[in-house]
Amino acid sequence: MDLLEYQGKQLFARHGVPVPSGAPASTVEQAVAAADEIGYPCVIKAQVLIGGRGKAGGIKVAQDRTEAEEHARAILGMDIRGFTVHEVWVEAASDIASEYYASIVFDRAAKKPLVMLSTQGGMDIEEVADNNPDAIARLHVDPLLGFQDFHARRLAFEAGVDADVVRPVGALLNKLYDAFANEEAMLVEVNPMIVTSDRKVMALDAKVTLDANSLFRHPDNAELRDAGGEDPQEQMAKERGLTYVKLDGNVGILGNGAGLVMSTLDVVAQAGGKPANFLDAGGGSKAEAITQAVEVILSDSKVSAVLFNIFGGITRCDEVAKGLIEAFDQIKPTVPFVVRLDGTNDEEGRRLLAEADLPNVHAEATMLGAAKRVVELAGESASGGGEPEGETVPPGEGTETEMGAADTRAEAASAAVTSPPGEAG
Amino acid sequence: MAILVDEGTKLCVSGITGREGTFHAMNNRRYGTQVVSGVTPGKGGQDVEGVPVFNTFHDAVAETGANTAMIFVPPRFAADSILEAEDAGIALVIAITEGIPAHDELRVYNHLLGNPGCRLIGPNCPGILSPGKANVGIIPASFFKEGNVGVVSRSGTLTYQIGNELAQSGFGNSSIVGIGGDPVPGSSFIDIIELFEADDETELIVMAGEIGGSAEEEAADFIEEHVSKPVVAYIAGFTAPPGKTMGHAGAIVSGTKGTAAAKAEALEAKGVRVGRTPTEVAEIAAGLAGELVRSADR
Repeated sequence: MDLLEYQGKQLFARHGVPVPSGAPASTVEQAVAAADEIGYPCVIKAQVLIGGRGKAGGIKVAQDRTEAEEHARAILGMDIRGFTVHEVWVEAASDIASEYYASIVFDRAAKKPLVMLSTQGGMDIEEVADNNPDAIARLHVDPLLGFQDFHARRLAFEAGVDADVVRPVGALLNKLYDAFANEEAMLVEVNPMIVTSDRKVMALDAKVTLDANSLFRHPDNAELRDAGGEDPQEQMAKERGLTYVKLDGNVGILGNGAGLVMSTLDVVAQAGGKPANFLDAGGGSKAEAITQAVEVILSDSKVSAVLFNIFGGITRCDEVAKGLIEAFDQIKPTVPFVVRLDGTNDEEGRRLLAEADLPNVHAEATMLGAAKRVVELAGESASGGGEPEGETVPPGEGTETEMGAADTRAEAASAAVTSPPGEAG
Repeated sequence: MAILVDEGTKLCVSGITGREGTFHAMNNRRYGTQVVSGVTPGKGGQDVEGVPVFNTFHDAVAETGANTAMIFVPPRFAADSILEAEDAGIALVIAITEGIPAHDELRVYNHLLGNPGCRLIGPNCPGILSPGKANVGIIPASFFKEGNVGVVSRSGTLTYQIGNELAQSGFGNSSIVGIGGDPVPGSSFIDIIELFEADDETELIVMAGEIGGSAEEEAADFIEEHVSKPVVAYIAGFTAPPGKTMGHAGAIVSGTKGTAAAKAEALEAKGVRVGRTPTEVAEIAAGLAGELVRSADR
């Protein structure tokens, strides 16, 4: 889970990491009040979960109240690379003598935290790593030992920080590690870590990513989810305890098991389709879980066909079929569904579905067959158009629709249906 | 021969009194696994369908000689249970639990480095099945029979899908090992492939990977240096966008690292054939098995 800059700074402050003083604001009035309180010059900073804020005009220095108001007005509500600015952070301006870089990363390959320090701060660290790798001092910490003073010294001397700030830089790293370990972060990045002209060391920026699996034991952090940045579908899915990721296409995907769902996305793409989402329904065959999952998928209006890919291990296919039949009875979907049931009691499951003879539901036995079928149907359904969800519609594909919608959907359909030379069977 | 679990496995289930724990422990026992005990603090002295429950792993091991543990408790208790099992002298810990905090896994992994006598499989894995011998975990055993193909995978149902395709092509399995989908697994592809390489029953190895991390790339290097048996791979997640976790905590592409394409390339560069669909994996395996038979005839 990514944190906004000011949330990261507040987290840092809890662990004694020096940060400039500041206050959040979500309206112009609040921003101006904060600026008055903090004093001038101050900086108005857009709070969004994406980089490049400065370039987009989302970080501006205010010399006085008039400028504070002007900047706040311009920045609040602005779009930065697809993200809307709902909040700003008003911060005391710092006088910067040097810009350093510090970060702690959960290094999966080494299975240890990796601490990095460089005097080449304030720029893209990937560029520094490419052009001047020796400029980045790095070491791994044994998580059972923790960050020791000698680690700090080693990094500081290796990075070549100014002699008079070796101690405070080390102290900051120590507290950063504290934050990383105690808040269970996957990443903590300070770029830049500044040295002021009166030789103080501070975190001028904060990029923090927390482990989502740890939130149950950090209720304060759990509340920090940036609801403003979420897709409506992802929000809906989260509320229902489903694992859902929105993608760009028109073929809705649902499966049981993350690896199987990823594989389904791949096979559909190979068949020339464009997946609309990833959705792992887990091991449930209950009607309610299926209904909720289907609702989430269909609430994305771009979806023109859905593939349901189930491999039943402990989960029984006849139970899934029953769940589906109940779900479809409630929802009455208007886009075609391809259901592929394999595994335990698969024949019985397919038989039940055939008997139920649900409109818009097509059964397939193999994953490849199902992928090809759903891509075909997505194409036809897209050019035929769909009715808004909830209204009854004549069964089958190719129903007529408004001309305007048909044009754009037909484009999408032909793009989806043009298959690259794919798998032979 | 199979690897890791077999007729000699004596299983103790942490969380045996929970609904899932009971269900799967009984399934495993019905299959033929020796389920000798369970651990639920506070329920020592009870039994689950005849399987004695103990308060601690230490008691369970002392009384029943358990050598393998299956961890089936919720995330907030799981790391502690793994460490308790290790402390009690369990040699093989299989952690089924999904959702364990990454920092817990980091600590457990680093602690276990100091004890080569204890191996951890998982967390967030379906367990290990050695057809005809033993099943520890939630893998649906009825689809699989004994044979010469070893399977190692990061996923659950995708493993069954691939395994089923192999079974339909007439293959049996020595062992099917789920190493799990978390960022810090107790055992890697390399650890398991090494065991398959040394196992007489295994003649062909299938590995199923996915986006995130570098385990497949590292395995590719290992295979080139140390593995003589043929290896076929499958990688899920070619269509996954960067920055989004795809279900498994470990399945996330960071920047350009951990993509499916990079993994497939790394493997193919070291002579591992990579199937583009689960069906293709079975087809490649069939081709390789044919070669094995032909070379055995000479």
